[in-house]
Amino acid sequence: MPMIKTEGLTYTYSIGTPFEKTAVNNIDLEIEEGTFSGIIGHTGSGKSTLIQHLNGLIRPTSGKVFIDGEDIWSKDVKIRDIRFKVGLVFQYPEYQIFEETVYKDIAFGPKNMGLPDDEIDRRVKETAELVGLKPETLDKSPFELSGGQKRRVAIAGVMAMEPKVLILDEPTAGLDPKGRDKILGQIKEYHRQKNTTVLLVSHSMEDVAKFADKILVMNKAQVFCYEDTPEVFKRADELTGIGLSVPQITRVFLDLKKRGIDIRTDVYTTEFAKKTILEYLENKGKRGGADA
Amino acid sequence: MLKDITIGQFFPGKSPVHKLDPRFKIIITGIFIGMLFSADGFIALGVGIVFLIMAFLISEIPFKLMLKSLKPIVPIIIFTSVLNIFFLDGAPLLKLGFIKITAEGLRTSAFMVIRIIALIMGSSLLTYTTSPITLTDAIERLLSPLKKIKLPVHELAMMMTIALRFIPTLIEETDKIISAQKARGADMESGSIMQRVKALTPILIPLFVSAFRRAEELAVAMECRCYQGGDGRTRLRQLKSDGRDYFALGLSIVFLNIVIGLNIIFG
Amino acid sequence: MAEKIISAQNVDFHYENDPEDKTPPKQVLKNVSLDIERGQFTAILGHNGSGKSTIAKHMNGILLPCGGKVYVDGIDTCDEDRIFDVRQRVGMVFQNPDNQLVATIVEEDVAFALENLGVPTDEMRQRVDDALKSVGMYEYREHSPHQLSGGQKQRIAIAGIIAMRPDCIVLDEPTAMLDPKGRQEVLRTIRKLNHDFGITAVLITHYMEEAAQADRIVVMDNGEILMDDIPKNVFSNVELMKRIGLDVPQVTELMYLLGQSGLPSDTHIISEGECADALALLLKG
Repeated sequence: MPMIKTEGLTYTYSIGTPFEKTAVNNIDLEIEEGTFSGIIGHTGSGKSTLIQHLNGLIRPTSGKVFIDGEDIWSKDVKIRDIRFKVGLVFQYPEYQIFEETVYKDIAFGPKNMGLPDDEIDRRVKETAELVGLKPETLDKSPFELSGGQKRRVAIAGVMAMEPKVLILDEPTAGLDPKGRDKILGQIKEYHRQKNTTVLLVSHSMEDVAKFADKILVMNKAQVFCYEDTPEVFKRADELTGIGLSVPQITRVFLDLKKRGIDIRTDVYTTEFAKKTILEYLENKGKRGGADA
Repeated sequence: MLKDITIGQFFPGKSPVHKLDPRFKIIITGIFIGMLFSADGFIALGVGIVFLIMAFLISEIPFKLMLKSLKPIVPIIIFTSVLNIFFLDGAPLLKLGFIKITAEGLRTSAFMVIRIIALIMGSSLLTYTTSPITLTDAIERLLSPLKKIKLPVHELAMMMTIALRFIPTLIEETDKIISAQKARGADMESGSIMQRVKALTPILIPLFVSAFRRAEELAVAMECRCYQGGDGRTRLRQLKSDGRDYFALGLSIVFLNIVIGLNIIFG
Repeated sequence: MAEKIISAQNVDFHYENDPEDKTPPKQVLKNVSLDIERGQFTAILGHNGSGKSTIAKHMNGILLPCGGKVYVDGIDTCDEDRIFDVRQRVGMVFQNPDNQLVATIVEEDVAFALENLGVPTDEMRQRVDDALKSVGMYEYREHSPHQLSGGQKQRIAIAGIIAMRPDCIVLDEPTAMLDPKGRQEVLRTIRKLNHDFGITAVLITHYMEEAAQADRIVVMDNGEILMDDIPKNVFSNVELMKRIGLDVPQVTELMYLLGQSGLPSDTHIISEGECADALALLLKG
């Protein structure tokens, strides 16, 4: 049974006004438990609308959403319980921080779940450590922290609810390269420890390529493809065709192919690029040797 | 949700009313209010209403919209009429216990209601046909003589402009914060009043923090663009008045005179 | 020697501590000297807290040095009487597009600086239109800012600066909050202004691909200038860049990795074209 399933999911904004717009159109999607998926697409491709359906913040115009096999809009499901099951971290989550101390802010979600105090305490401390916050930081006011630290407090606040699905909308927006890698690394580590299903929305193909096992590409309110990462990059040409920016390194390999070099183009990380080149040279050496 | 609120309630159009110089429009609205309040009797009031209906027909604003503008004041209308009907002395038409209805009461109450409705419709017509920014501009210029008595006219207008600029941004932000807190299980839809008020904290604090941050950044950006208060400022948008504006103003003055004349004749 | 539009000389800067706090304040800039030549496109790189934003804010007198001097076109930024001369010469664009637009109509926002400077209306009209055209937003002149995308808003902010006809425009992470399309729009605009109109540009950024397009890169670390060179030379220091929390373009990193595995490679490569050329040569040869 898939962790997330949608059937004919459609959502139309401002029905009956001149601003009417279908943000997601007839989406059928199945996401297995424990996968780390990246979601890629232009601004306005429907990715934000899609993820807000998955924890019931938006009610579909038509179609269904199932989480862990449950239809989230059926009468006997409490939508608040779904929000604890599917944790959603919004863009620039540091702007939702409000408590006096870091500890209290991370505890806000677990508290809303009605967990006992010792369980809340365990979760707050555990997630704070996971996102690299020192124990003494917990008693500080979150407003004294640096931007990157605040961001990690906010992410910890959702992680501490220990949701079965963790969705993050552009968690690295506006950070420097070091901050970017740090947060993505921590998310990956959380995924590994808890086997949580993770959905990472990002504009950066490079980031998604480095961390996700599968990639969901959204285009014009529909799913363009949802496949394993290497499979998606085999279609790099098509991705550029719909105006998505593939990693720089992929563009180089596409260029090489155009120049008549018979090399694979599903290359998306520098490590993999190196391996590909070394393999190519090795094979060529063998072929060259046979010819002689 | 919050996005559905129309702020400023401006409905763009190309009618002669839209095109009037906003300064004249404000003055004419003032004169119109003068008509309503100086009218003593139904006939005089009727003249004011005729003026309103004329302006309204020329403006091409749908009637439905005008009705909508009255919705928020329905309680006030009911309150006023009840007060006048039941508590005005005179010869009773109907008597139920201590409640009596007098012809005088009915008359006054009808008069008051018509006057309030006309007042609201008239001022709505002003905001419907004038963009908030032009309105601010016009107010600034009309009030500019008051600078001599040290009234910070430019500063007030600047504040209004910035408020208008940031209302949509802050509404969007509020929506986002509400969603984010809901995603953390914040419960805003149930509980006692006290609980609900408490549930607003996670929304209000981030909103204030963000508003202050925006204010700080905006102040720096304005400094970078050489903002130094109202002195020596020029404007991109020039307000120009022509014959039509003077004609409209003249017409409103004529109407005001008729109203006053009728008061004298019937008074 | 080319003319210097901005000259920072031995700049020290720290924020004032709380009066209660007796610890010495943290130095944000330590003896920084930096000249920006007229017409140059300079990128400033550095991780958060490296001091790159702080040096940018010194360039038009938003911050004043605690020690040392900053001159803009020969004017000392500490000269209070001439602060508006400084700000007219060096305009500044910030990260958050929403928080720098003042008016509810695009063209009025672009006119804001000119209104403040008391430019006559006819000339103002012309300059506003020119500025909007130069950032490609003329057809949006009557829109309201909140109807625009992030990239468009940022271009309006740039137009608002360009309308002042400055010599130099300093952009403090203007693309950090934008999507890839918006980033491209903004960068294209900056390059066009620099190339076609000769406006000196200083771009502070986290994106290495953007910095690679500049004439010169200044790398800040810990309140000091660590490197100051053309992009090729800066990025060729792959290990150093990574150590100070920065990155290099993927193509440079690939060349570096190939070099590590003993293949002939040149880490001065920073563009896709050059990389493809080099690889083609390697693979065909």
